[in-house]
Amino acid sequence: MGAIGWIAIVVVVLLVFFLIATYNRLVRLRNRVEAAWSQIDVQLKRRHDLIPNLVETVKGYAAHERETLEAVIQARQQAVAAQGVEKQAQAENILTGALRQLFAVSEAYPELKANENFLALQEELTGTESRIAFSRQFYNEQVLAYDNAIETFPSNTVAGLFNFEPKAYFEAEEASRENVQVDFGSGGAAGPATP
Amino acid sequence: MYERIASNVRKTWGLIFVFIALTVLIGWVVGQFLHIGFWGLGGAVIFAVFMTWGSYFASDKIALSMSHAQPADQRQFAQLHNIVEGLSIAAGIPKPRVYVVQDQAPNAFATGRNPEHAAIAVTTGLMEKLDRDELEGVIAHELSHVKNRDTLVMTIAVTLVGVIVLLADWMLRAMWWGGGKSDRGNGLGLPFAIIGLLLLIVAPLIAQLLQFAVSRQREFLADADGVFLTRHPDGLIHALEKLQGDQTVVRTASRATAHLWIESPIARQANETRRGTKQGTWLNRMFDTHPPLETRIAALRQSELAGSQPPMPPRPTI
Repeated sequence: MGAIGWIAIVVVVLLVFFLIATYNRLVRLRNRVEAAWSQIDVQLKRRHDLIPNLVETVKGYAAHERETLEAVIQARQQAVAAQGVEKQAQAENILTGALRQLFAVSEAYPELKANENFLALQEELTGTESRIAFSRQFYNEQVLAYDNAIETFPSNTVAGLFNFEPKAYFEAEEASRENVQVDFGSGGAAGPATP
Repeated sequence: MYERIASNVRKTWGLIFVFIALTVLIGWVVGQFLHIGFWGLGGAVIFAVFMTWGSYFASDKIALSMSHAQPADQRQFAQLHNIVEGLSIAAGIPKPRVYVVQDQAPNAFATGRNPEHAAIAVTTGLMEKLDRDELEGVIAHELSHVKNRDTLVMTIAVTLVGVIVLLADWMLRAMWWGGGKSDRGNGLGLPFAIIGLLLLIVAPLIAQLLQFAVSRQREFLADADGVFLTRHPDGLIHALEKLQGDQTVVRTASRATAHLWIESPIARQANETRRGTKQGTWLNRMFDTHPPLETRIAALRQSELAGSQPPMPPRPTI
């Protein structure tokens, strides 16, 4: 075998190594995106689980705020039942709005606001909401890394070969964000959820 | 990020190497003078390995107990736990253990050899004086130290350099005592005196080495990374401004642990590097671990204005 033959073998071996390494890297990145996605789910469930407790506590002090309480319960049910990314995001945004309304209403009940259980629930919900936001942020970062890998050369060749599809960012719906703002006028709808 | 982790791991190996070399050298010299042959060398090797091993696996416990940090109660400090957990998710690291230091001075530090064994401690003063957004900024700064392994270099440096400083101190003492007793002719005074003097000369070099390892640059980097996590520069800016306005000193902090805190817990004396007057003593400046808060705030403000943060994917509101 001549020199050209050897060079060809070396080139083929290098190519195979590149293929394996890139394929594994893409799989790792895709798995990270999926792990980040399930983290969002975990946090959303956590929030859903907190709400019945919160509603019960508020009922004890502010039973005639029925409308607000009903809205929270309904929004929670819809959020639990929602299927698919878009529907889920929409339902969660409505739920966030309903919760803000509930906390705004509770401002009028000093005894409720002094209730330790209520304060703990409020902190827990604020914490969960920021965890949801952070897990979405982390998810988006993983998507950015993954999408960059499958769209830039040379890894895009491998991505095309094995059908790695680009993933979409998790973005809040413009419309539902406006809804929240309409509810509270000039109030602090922009900051984290403690009204 | 990955380059910084690699560079921190390299620096840690460098520190360990210098430490072992120095200890073995001292052991050899002592062995020669005391005519106990290789026992000095052997003892030093065992001592060095033991100390390195100990500082790698126990540095977090040492740093925490030196600052009298207590585990934070999940119910009593629910907000702190929630903030740490949320930001850990954003940083993609496991939630570190959370500790509280009973102290009026607002300050915080992180420790641990890797994210899996990390711990974050904040003072009660910090929780009293900062609101949620500001606390989030500070915790994000600390988590950035954890994420890029700054805590590994810092805690190892603290322990190993502490040992050397202790040795130098001990040798100097031995020199004084030995000096008085040298007429007994046991030959102990002279070698200890020489080593003591040697260490005295080497000490500033060690300090320089520490400075190199625990470069002030990393505080700026942790500030920037922290803001990248919270997407909210104002939180950290306001927190640093509050720290700047506060003059309380952390009681349990010493020079050995100064590197760990978010703000230098000792360089608070009026005549030190505050306001750029640079009237601190030569030794103090050599050991100065943190850039002035003014500079850090200015840097954060500038990046906010210029929008010079790395490109970020959107952070959705909910």
